[in-house]
Amino acid sequence: MKANANKKVKAPLTVEQKIKRRTFISFGAFGAMGLGAVASWKWLLAAPEETPGITGGTRVPLRRALNKTELFFRNFFSNKHLVKTYPVADAAKTPRVNSLIGIEDDENFDADDWKLTVKFKNKTNQYISLEAIKALPKTEIVYDFKCVEGWDEIQHWAGVKLSDFLAHFKLEEEAKKQYMGLETPNGSYYVGLERESILHPQTILAYEMNGKPISIDHGAPLRLIVPVKYGIKNLKRIGTMSFSNNRPRDYWAEQGYDYYSGL
Amino acid sequence: MKVIKEKHSLLMRWTHWVNFPVLAVMIWSGLFIYWANDAYGISIFGYSLIKFFPEWFYDYFHISSRLAEGMAFHFLFMWFFFINGLLYILYTIFSGAWKALLPNKHTFKEAWQVLLHDLHIRKTVPPQKKYNAAQRIAYTLIILMGMGSVATGLAIYKPVQFYWLCWLCGGYHFARILHFALTIGYVFFFIIHIVQVALAGWNNFRAVIAGFEVIEEKPQLKHEPVITEKTENKDESKR
Repeated sequence: MKANANKKVKAPLTVEQKIKRRTFISFGAFGAMGLGAVASWKWLLAAPEETPGITGGTRVPLRRALNKTELFFRNFFSNKHLVKTYPVADAAKTPRVNSLIGIEDDENFDADDWKLTVKFKNKTNQYISLEAIKALPKTEIVYDFKCVEGWDEIQHWAGVKLSDFLAHFKLEEEAKKQYMGLETPNGSYYVGLERESILHPQTILAYEMNGKPISIDHGAPLRLIVPVKYGIKNLKRIGTMSFSNNRPRDYWAEQGYDYYSGL
Repeated sequence: MKVIKEKHSLLMRWTHWVNFPVLAVMIWSGLFIYWANDAYGISIFGYSLIKFFPEWFYDYFHISSRLAEGMAFHFLFMWFFFINGLLYILYTIFSGAWKALLPNKHTFKEAWQVLLHDLHIRKTVPPQKKYNAAQRIAYTLIILMGMGSVATGLAIYKPVQFYWLCWLCGGYHFARILHFALTIGYVFFFIIHIVQVALAGWNNFRAVIAGFEVIEEKPQLKHEPVITEKTENKDESKR
């Protein structure tokens, strides 16, 4: 009815006029949204970098997105989801060495003198020898090691299951805290891992590779193998272990990488 | 005389144009990630034909040493890519628009005719509704490719938690190759798409922004009032 009333006042639009009108409105809206998109993009590119702390090195909105995405995908994590394993024959004979931070920059390190240091909140330490760790049941795994860079390689590792280790050395109470922090003896490489990944049945403290003691470059005498994480979390040459309810410092998370980095 | 004919729904236009910058950011940030392990190339009989990518390419687009930044962008914009694609697919299913999109039993024969026509070998124009046969194949394929990118992407993003998906995609290593190959596919699609849009002309292009196209109808005295009435009604309902 309204349309009819209008018609009496104004002559109905011709087809030509309708085409012009709709084209104008549509292209106007399209242009406005295009400009909006460009402005949003510029805002994101120019967004300030986060204040360096536990995480660092990336734009504030991107870090927020990484953390939110982590929380979403942690919903799908289950210790029943196992990494695919392979026959020993598939394992690389000379596994790739990608990074030596915490190893090549530590000239004073003496492998024979090594003991794992477990640090407690009350400033006391517990020292655990390699012999004591090797005395525990051995767990082997042959799986596809995945690097955050994008390469993957089937590797053969053996050591003690981290959950067995925690149980044997009466660290279970301590491990109820949300995070575990691991650092090299000189503290130049360090990672933080959340509880569920520590307790994953395929997570091991490894002292053997391809059936032989681990070489210095691969993290002798003891390193972490955590198949539910990218290689960056698989710390070599563990010096200290600690537990906390806050995120421990993490080498790559400080440089713009996702803290979680889970697979 | 000229008649306005509705062609593309608002949702189709919206998702089409949102996808463009989102996919551009995904490819751009994807290159940052790929750079860190740029293992792929094409070789024939041991002779390396193409290497993805040559050094000048990385230099020109400033791609080197930006892995962390690339991952941060990629894992944000993946949400927009996914949600936008999902919107389009749901809409296409429930609106019935899939009938004009999916190939049917005539499509493959007709697509050949379209090809011959486009190459100026065959004069007669192949039958066409909203999309011609070649478009049906191309536009269905690109949607499947989008679904493939999401699936292979998720497979290499969480290969342990979504182990079944990783297995479906041929394992971690192969899924990464697929994910990369699909991206190269988008680039080819994009190039052909741009050429075809340019050749199809203004009326076709306007339809993807304004939603309608203008067709020339021969005046048929008897039916003319009915036709104009129709377009008027349509227009009013839009207001």
